[in-house]
Formats: sequence, structure tokens, C-alpha cells
Amino acid sequence: MTKVTNIVVAGLGGQGVLKGTDILAEVALLAGYDVKKSEIKGMSQRGGSVTGDVRFGGQVFSPMVPSGEADFLLVLEPTQVEPQRHMLRPGGVLITPDAVSADQLPHKKTLNVALLGALSAHLPMAEEQWLVSLRSGFAETFFEGNRKAFLVGRVSQKTSK
Amino acid sequence: MNESNRLLLSGDEAIALAARHAGVALGAGYPGTPSTEILEHFSELGGHAQWSPNEKVALEVTIGAAFGGARALCTMKHVGLNVASDPLFTAAYTGVTGALIVVSADDPGMASSQNEQDNRRYAVAAGVPMLEPSDSQEAYDFMFAAIEMSERWKIPVLFRVTTRVCHSYTVVQSRASSEAPRPASFERDIRGRVMIPAYARPAHRRLRQKLAEMQEWNETSPLNRIVEGGASLGIITSGISFMHVRETAPEARVLKLGFTHPLPMKKIAQFVKGVARCVVIEEGDPYLVDAIRAAGIPVEGKPDMYRFGELDVPRVRRILNNDLSPEPAKPPGKPPQLCDACQYRIVFESLRKQDCIVAGDIGCYTLGVLQPFEAIDSCVCMGASVGVGLGLRHVLPPDQARRVVSVIGDSTFVHSGISGLVEMVYNPPPNGHVLIILDNSTTAMTGHQEHPGTGRTLDHEPTGKVVLEGLARSLGIRRVHVIEPQVGTGEFDRLLTDCLESNELSVIIARRPCILIAKQLKQYEEQRCECDAATAASAQAT
Repeated sequence: MTKVTNIVVAGLGGQGVLKGTDILAEVALLAGYDVKKSEIKGMSQRGGSVTGDVRFGGQVFSPMVPSGEADFLLVLEPTQVEPQRHMLRPGGVLITPDAVSADQLPHKKTLNVALLGALSAHLPMAEEQWLVSLRSGFAETFFEGNRKAFLVGRVSQKTSK
Repeated sequence: MNESNRLLLSGDEAIALAARHAGVALGAGYPGTPSTEILEHFSELGGHAQWSPNEKVALEVTIGAAFGGARALCTMKHVGLNVASDPLFTAAYTGVTGALIVVSADDPGMASSQNEQDNRRYAVAAGVPMLEPSDSQEAYDFMFAAIEMSERWKIPVLFRVTTRVCHSYTVVQSRASSEAPRPASFERDIRGRVMIPAYARPAHRRLRQKLAEMQEWNETSPLNRIVEGGASLGIITSGISFMHVRETAPEARVLKLGFTHPLPMKKIAQFVKGVARCVVIEEGDPYLVDAIRAAGIPVEGKPDMYRFGELDVPRVRRILNNDLSPEPAKPPGKPPQLCDACQYRIVFESLRKQDCIVAGDIGCYTLGVLQPFEAIDSCVCMGASVGVGLGLRHVLPPDQARRVVSVIGDSTFVHSGISGLVEMVYNPPPNGHVLIILDNSTTAMTGHQEHPGTGRTLDHEPTGKVVLEGLARSLGIRRVHVIEPQVGTGEFDRLLTDCLESNELSVIIARRPCILIAKQLKQYEEQRCECDAATAASAQAT
């Protein structure tokens, strides 16, 4: 049975944290894994902290990533790194906006997808599956920009390795 | 598994899909996190869904539908069931002819609520059966089971979910076909449905008889299951806690309860006998553990410190280890705040400046309690601002009483502020009162749902509109002001001062569409105008 991979995405309301976890969960589903995604909505709509958990593998039980067990922590907003750092397991990977250079992004709103691109370089899902998930996650007019942003992020990790 | 219908759904979406697949004819509710998406999704899937002014009305509408033989779904957050409890308790007596599923979406940990009440208590208090799914697949499957139970025993079923079931996305295998709603038809049953004391007394006995039958059925119900494991540790659990348990203690033998009222006590007793140590793991109140112990079955519960907030894997681990050491504090996140361009900012600045004593209410504007405003002095429940403000006015010395203001949003006003306004007219405080309705033309906090004051239905189609100023005037309030608060003009300030100094009853409607959806609201309004014009034209033609 495949071990469960734990990912936490964090940011502020309006940054697309939940959109990011949608796309991530969808690609895990497409790749045939059991997958669970958990999020807290509500007050988050008003610019407060937002986090979303995605877990995938052979069989996932709790939808929430236990503190200190995240394999990956994606943070869209630098101020949210410290509040969320406790989620990472020892040796876990932290991905912050520094992973991509902002001037390469088609739009600053695509940062969430660019960081997913960076994450994707560490995960077993194929690039085509990511693109299918992106296509179903965005209206046609936004797809191209997000595809570019995704590839910017994906390439950034490959070159830095 | 057939890949084609492998779906990733939230618990809310799964409930909606099951309702659609099971031929639910009508869904009604009032928006409330974490329940809101159920009816929205049901509507998107083509179901007949509508927002009611409040949960009580929603439940009454669905009781009517179920009296008519239809399958009906009523959705609300946990505190909504307080509002709807009056019809619930008596609907348990009358029973239903079709099916009635009442979804209570509880919010342990209060991600977006004013309390963390545990609505499993309502199943016991009202005497209705209760199902508790643990993930989206169960939310989907249990809906069919709930409908079957409701029709078999002719009783409303409480479908109790929590934030982590509602808002977690898990894989769902759906059934292939969907049923069309069956034709509804009225059959008279005066003794069964008219709860005068003479008919209610036998109805209560019938209810207890039904519960006894359901309890017996529950002893072998497939809704409860045992996950085999070693005999040294047994765990009894339900809902989302089951998932945390399976992850924390994969070696344990688990009795997973899905049908949690009335409880299958024989099954529980037998399970407990078979294990050396038996722990009950449940979020919130000690509902299961108290009931099981009251039946004379020895089980361990959780230490009281775990009654507060949600459970998760680390907390379940601590419970199993009997760990009473202080839990690590979660680092504070950034709190939410009123949007930069929100009209309410002007109102709260004004209230603060005039040193008002503010009875507040439930909605975005509750954020006026935080810095920089700190301009709300109470927030109790939906609609409470009006009554609480009036009570303060009645007892405070005049210099304080004159500064009391009630502040409520448009959707909340329609929900349960209207009765407060009637109270204001009927029992006016000696120095009058000021009620401010913050009308942003939407139910913003829960994600911008329509309500009777917007004049649009759940799916944004034009319908009858309750005009707030007209309503206030018709109740006899002479000072009714409609104002769009503007930065820098001081106009709102002056109006508030005038009203406070008038010693009369005043209603100030501060109206500007929520900036987050202003564009969308404008489009709806244009559609409405076109629609009105077309209606007028066709009326002229005939």
C-alpha cells in the first residue's frame, strides 16, 4: 500500500489557497490515489489566514494533516511561514514564494499555481495529469496563464536541484 | 472500482448528490457555515432548493412537503436547529408521510460560529433517529438510508454532520441512476397531524414505540460496523472521530457507530465484553460515553480538556495515552477583518466616535468588534441585537441608555430581527431606540446567498422582495432613514446623532451592495429590470 503523502497549503483569504488544494486533490484523484482534502472556510473569506490540507496515497483516514507530519508545506504569503512551520515533519520540504521569481509570472494571482508547479517536481504525478487538472480547474480564459505559471514553478525546482 | 463515477466530493456535495439521486422533491434551509453548500449544490444539480427567511420556516416548509408525501431535505448549521427546534419536537410526534431529513451541521472548534453546541443532544431531546456519517461516501450512502428509515418509521431523521465532514473532500462512488421525485398527494390524517392535547398524548406514545422498534433494528443495522483488531484495545466512535481513530490506532478493534440514536446497547455491551480496555472517542460533548455508562456498560471516556475544540490525530493519541499535559498552543494566524472598502467601516467609526453601546449581531459586521473599531458590545445569536439593545435601554440610567444602538445585517434582520422590531414598537424604551440595519443586499458572511430582502431566489432569479424601509414604516416607526454611507461627508455621523438625540424610535438603513459582489449584484438588478419591463409589456398587451 502506498504511503500517504501529506501537503499543507497556507496563505491569506483571496490568495487562492483553496483553488490550489482543489487542483492538487484533483490530480491525485486522476492518478488513481485515495485522496482527502480538508479546509476551513467561513471567516477566512475576509483576508484572514487560510490553510488547506491534501493527503493522498493507498488509503487515507483523517482528512487533516497531523501537526509535524506534513511532507510539504506550501506558503503563499511570507508572514504565514512561521505560524505554519510546526506542520512540517523533520526533513519536510518548505516551498515559499521565493521558489519562483515574480517577474516570470503572467499575473501575480497565479502564484498559487506557480507554487503547485514547484511542488509538482517532487511528486509522482505526470505533467499531463497536472495539466488536465488545471484545465478542469479554470475557465478557458485563465487556463493559459495558469499553465505558464505552473511550468515556471515546475522548472524552478528542476534547475535548483 | 469504476473510475468513471469516482468523484471527489465534499460532504455537503455528497449530501446534495444523494438527495438528487434519491428524488428529493424540495430542499429548504437558511445559509450557515458549514451547511450552506448543500442546497447550493442541490440546486446546481437541478434540485428544487430554496432559502427560507430562517431555519424554523425552512423546517415547517419541509414538514409540509413531507406531509404531502414528498421526500424533503432541510439544512442548517447547528445553531439553526435551536431556531427550528420548536417544529422539530412536534414533528417527531406527528411523524411524516413522505421522508424528512434534517441536516444539522455542527461546528466543533467554532471555525465560524458563536458556540460549539453538540446537536446530538437534540436527537435525544426531540426523540428522533440520528445518523452520523464519517466521510463523503457515507454522507452519500447514509442519505439513502435516512430516507428509507424516515419512510419506514414515518419520522423525521436528524442527519448530523460536522465541519470536517461537510468541508472535507473525499472519494465517492455514486449510484448509477437517479429517481424522479414521486408525485405528492394529500391524505387527511387529522388525529395524526393536529397536535391538540387529546391527539398529542397518543402521538407521544406512538413516538416512543417507534423509537423502541428502531433501537431493536439498530442492533443489527449495517450502519454500525466493527473493524477487527486485537482484543487489548477497543474503541467506540462515530463521525469524523472514526477517521482519526483508524489513523492513530490501526491495531485497535473499533465499533464504528453510524446510527447513533437510539443506540444499539446490546451490540455495544457485547463489543465491550470482547476487549480488555474500551475507550469512547467522540468530539464535543460526552454524548456516547454518558449514554453507554448509563446503560451500565463500563467504558473509558476522554478527559474533560478534550471536550473543547475539534479532535484530530494528535489529540486522539493523547486521549488513548491518557495524556493530561497541556497541549501545545497553536501559533496565531491572521484574523479576518472588514474589507478595506466596506461601508460598515464608516458605520463602526461613527459608533465608536459617539461612544455608543452597541448590541451587535451575526454576520461580517461582527468583525466590527476587532481593532481598529472595537465597536460591538454584544453578539449572542441571530436577531439578538434588537432585543438586547432594547433590554439595555429599559434598565440603564438615561445617560447610558441614550447611547444604546442595535446593529444588524439585512439577512439577519429578515431571519429574526423583524420580531425584535415588533417588540421595539410594542414596548418602546422611554428614550426611544436606534436600530441600524446594515443592508449590503446579500448574506455576505456565508458566501453571498440571497434572502427575502434581495428579491431574488436561491438561484438568483427575480421573486417577491421584502422592502425593509416599507416594513419598518408599516410597523409604525416614524423615523426611517435610508442612507448610503460615504467616506468624508460626515453625513452618517450627523444622522446617527440626530436619531440618538430624538428620543424616538429610529431605524437607519445603511445601504450599499457588498463590494465583493457589487458587479454581480448590478447584473442581477439589470436582469430584474428587463424582466419587470417584459412583464409590464405583456400585461399591457393583454
